[in-house]
Amino acid sequence: MTTPLYKKTVREIRDAVRSGALTAVEVTEAHLARIADVDPKVDAFTQIWTDEALAQAAAVDAKVKQGIDPGPLAGVPVGVKELICTRTGKTTCASKILENFRSPYDATIIQKLDAAGAVFLGKVNMDEFAMGSSTERSTIKTTKNPWNLKCVPGGSSGGSAAAISADECAIALGSDTGGSIRQPAALCGCVGIKPTYGRVSRFGLVAFASSLDQIGPLTKNVEDAALSLNTLCGRDPRDATSADLPVPDFTKALTGDVKGLRIGLPKEYFTEALNAEMREKVEAAVDVFKSGGAEIVPVSLPHTDYAIATYYIICTAEASANLARFDGVRYGYRNPAAKTVEEMYVLSKSEAFGPEVRRRIMLGTYVLSSGYYDAYYLKAQKVRRLIKKDFDDAFEKCDFVMGPTSPIPTFEFGAKTENPLEMYLADIYTISVNLATLPGISIPCGLTASGLPAGLQLIGRPFGEETLLRAAHCYEQTSGTTLGDPPIA
Amino acid sequence: MSKITKQDVEYVAGLAQLRLDEAAKERLVREMGDILAYMDQLNELDTSNVEPMMHAMEMTNVFRQDVVKPSLPREEALMNAPVHDGEYFIVPRILEGDAS
Amino acid sequence: MEFEAVVGMEVHVEINSKSKVFCGCSADFHAGPNTNVCPVCLGMPGVLPVLNVDMVNKSVAVGLALNCAISRWSKLDRKNYFYPDMAKNYQISQYDLPLCQNGWIEIDLDGQTKRIGITRAHIEEDTARNTHTIAGNQSGVDFNRSGVALLEIVTEPDIRSAKEAFAYLTALKQLLQYLDVSDCNMEEGSLRAEANISVRPVGQEQFGTKTEVKNVASFSGVFKAIEFEIARHIKLINSGGKVVQETRGWDADRGITVPQRLKESAHDYRYFPEPDLVPIVVDEAWEQRIRESLPELPAARRSRMGTQYGLSAYDANVITLSQDTANYYERVVAVGADAKKAANWLMGELQALLSAAKQEITDCRVTPADLAALIGLIDSGAINGKMAKDIIAEMFETGKAPQDIVKEQGLSQITDTGAIEDIIRKVLADNPAQVGQFRSGKEQVFGFLVGQVMRATQGKANPALLNDLLRRELSRQEN
Repeated sequence: MTTPLYKKTVREIRDAVRSGALTAVEVTEAHLARIADVDPKVDAFTQIWTDEALAQAAAVDAKVKQGIDPGPLAGVPVGVKELICTRTGKTTCASKILENFRSPYDATIIQKLDAAGAVFLGKVNMDEFAMGSSTERSTIKTTKNPWNLKCVPGGSSGGSAAAISADECAIALGSDTGGSIRQPAALCGCVGIKPTYGRVSRFGLVAFASSLDQIGPLTKNVEDAALSLNTLCGRDPRDATSADLPVPDFTKALTGDVKGLRIGLPKEYFTEALNAEMREKVEAAVDVFKSGGAEIVPVSLPHTDYAIATYYIICTAEASANLARFDGVRYGYRNPAAKTVEEMYVLSKSEAFGPEVRRRIMLGTYVLSSGYYDAYYLKAQKVRRLIKKDFDDAFEKCDFVMGPTSPIPTFEFGAKTENPLEMYLADIYTISVNLATLPGISIPCGLTASGLPAGLQLIGRPFGEETLLRAAHCYEQTSGTTLGDPPIA
Repeated sequence: MSKITKQDVEYVAGLAQLRLDEAAKERLVREMGDILAYMDQLNELDTSNVEPMMHAMEMTNVFRQDVVKPSLPREEALMNAPVHDGEYFIVPRILEGDAS
Repeated sequence: MEFEAVVGMEVHVEINSKSKVFCGCSADFHAGPNTNVCPVCLGMPGVLPVLNVDMVNKSVAVGLALNCAISRWSKLDRKNYFYPDMAKNYQISQYDLPLCQNGWIEIDLDGQTKRIGITRAHIEEDTARNTHTIAGNQSGVDFNRSGVALLEIVTEPDIRSAKEAFAYLTALKQLLQYLDVSDCNMEEGSLRAEANISVRPVGQEQFGTKTEVKNVASFSGVFKAIEFEIARHIKLINSGGKVVQETRGWDADRGITVPQRLKESAHDYRYFPEPDLVPIVVDEAWEQRIRESLPELPAARRSRMGTQYGLSAYDANVITLSQDTANYYERVVAVGADAKKAANWLMGELQALLSAAKQEITDCRVTPADLAALIGLIDSGAINGKMAKDIIAEMFETGKAPQDIVKEQGLSQITDTGAIEDIIRKVLADNPAQVGQFRSGKEQVFGFLVGQVMRATQGKANPALLNDLLRRELSRQEN
């Protein structure tokens, strides 16, 4: 039996399309058919760009036919998170306030992927303005976890993770402010990497927390992540915070061995907060690395417990300013009853922002307001430096840090929406990575007894993506823990 | 007692241009109070000798040259506006006290 | 009780970079509404600012010219407030670490100089403009000006009167124009001034309660608004009232300030470091490069030209008021014109013609070489002063060289003694009564007789020669 087209990896698709063994149109049609088949159950896609995708694919095929290089991602089907600006379709951030917003420009990474021959199938779901860990905060639809349709896909890039897990596309773009790529990747059993802050241009990524946000790919395997990064990374003159560093061929890092690598296990990541089954999976993974010749080093990240408080001060403060622009003047929802400027602001915002977004704007406004800046925002900036220093110290002893991505596997809808603080606490392992601006990758490390994926997180030095990819790839090749297919379709 | 009062919530809502009903205010007094109390754990740390991390990147001096690039066609600039007249974005009449 | 005023000024200057401060849109705000706009200056979702290096260079130049310390390390911050003119509802500005700090500028007060402290000069972005010309109860917003580079310059409370405020603005504008960083056009809003005003009893150290005056569209408006506020404060205090700290707008039509209604929360700007931009580091080498590229500044030029050309303080002041005028003057002298005469002609006749025609010296059709030639013609006796005034008017009108005008119109001065003597004799014969009066001691009649001769020569007689010959003829006839 041949593998269906929708199961193919980025490497397989682009090699086949470039060689002419497959056409991009065939690949696109197969994925559109797959979406038509499974997405009614999964609800990952919020927009499907059938005509545009087929036209893009046809253009790739024409290049192949004419002997023009169609690009390193020729014919690879991509799903785009709802907060990445595209001239095609809408960019809604899964919010009522942008439900009709059509971006007049493409994000830098959209231009890069287009130039690389990728085909955009449409947009995928997320928590409103990326504020959430379950994608339940979307105002568009409820995305389900392909491993259990009663459970959340994680978030905020829940649509991206579910789409990859359900084989609806080969690359899904996500964004990660406090774990929004890695946590849904873990919960849906796919690979998700948050590159180092500054690796990928943020131009065209609708900002949640500017000093933490980073775009990254979700893919079926580690090699696909490496191939995606080859196109996504690099300095962008339109983003002053993008790093002016050469972009390596990340696939060259995939050597298949971990011999001599030193892996730091932070003791703060293995406390009673960690679900026992998840701990078991991570410990099993540690053994795989050990037997591969890696050295395990105990490390300490003493400020781990302060990360959540630090994160929620910084991210809400930045978000309160970033979201101020949605005022109903130049774009976005305006309450038609507004008769004055003030009514235009308050009626539009109060009606069109969801409760979590409003709560974070309130918190962020409060921590910046007169008399509280030093106590909250300035304090958080100082602790942020301490958290970064924890990692700097750890990297004196190890090449990367490893632990669980999420303390718990996926959970049922509604289980955690009531208490915002409880939901925030689930981000414990991912948040520090953003605060310290480091790269982090989540890869599947087995299924729980109830058949839910567990995620292993590897955290690297600044711009140390190659080491992470090498180790993650080696684990993937040697652990023998392939998850198989999720029980949909 | 909560970290913040209803007056605080009202003041912050005013800054953020949000309108809250009574129930929402009360809920926020509770929720924000809980979260702010949780945030207070940062006070356990002595940070008097720590430089705040004001920027995520350690880069400095990233500039663009003074070169004029094409602007958007006006139709595209206006295409998302809730109300426009083909030239201007239209808003309710702006009064001098509207800056806030 | 005697009061003294304490005034500090905040001036916003639009810097004349070609593109905006954070995006590549043209900074020309005269274009049709919303045509010089892009996702960045419209504050679209997902956009990021990138700082225009020209703004940094020009801001540092202004800082150096204002004797400021240039920060080795400075950053940009977000200033949060809502307004329909604000594309992002925060303005990118500089809060606690401005680019330039602790400087001063000298102002001229009737020949006396006074130093005004400069607290800071910092980078920010301009906002959009709204118009009320839209039908119905609505306003229109044009974002062409959104994101135009803006430098805010703040003084210490060193200003003591409306006159000093006026002198400060004059000196600042002169400096900015010398640096060629702004057109400083107040009517168009490229230079905007706000004043913080308070009064206190003479001798008291503590400041009184201040008011802030905005919406002033001219230097004279600033002068009047400050005078009005000072008088209002004093009257309030003298009548037992209290000054309320508030923002007031200048109503130019009524000549009064009126309170502006602002919300209680209006000043809680929630500044925090702009995460989308990296710090600005101006090292010594960069600062030095800019310092070396600075033009000669007004004070230095004034003093050099005074010495070099033997100009009075007043003349040096007037000529150096604008760099263009000073350049023009130096070119006139460079081609050989007498320095004092060049100053007189420039400040007198030529300035009058320019003012009448509302022209700038840079547009003037009289070239420096031609003005020098005109002065040369007078010096050589080829024409007289009266003729020269007519000739310069013609030069101003047509751009012709003075020699050509003299030739074309046959305007050469009559220096032929015999010819003038003939005319004198005729005039004396025609005016026996006046000749008699002169001889009986009425010296004033001499002027009348000169005029008659001059008229008979159509103004072409060399005046000095005419004087001599007329006196000689009168005394000769007497004998």
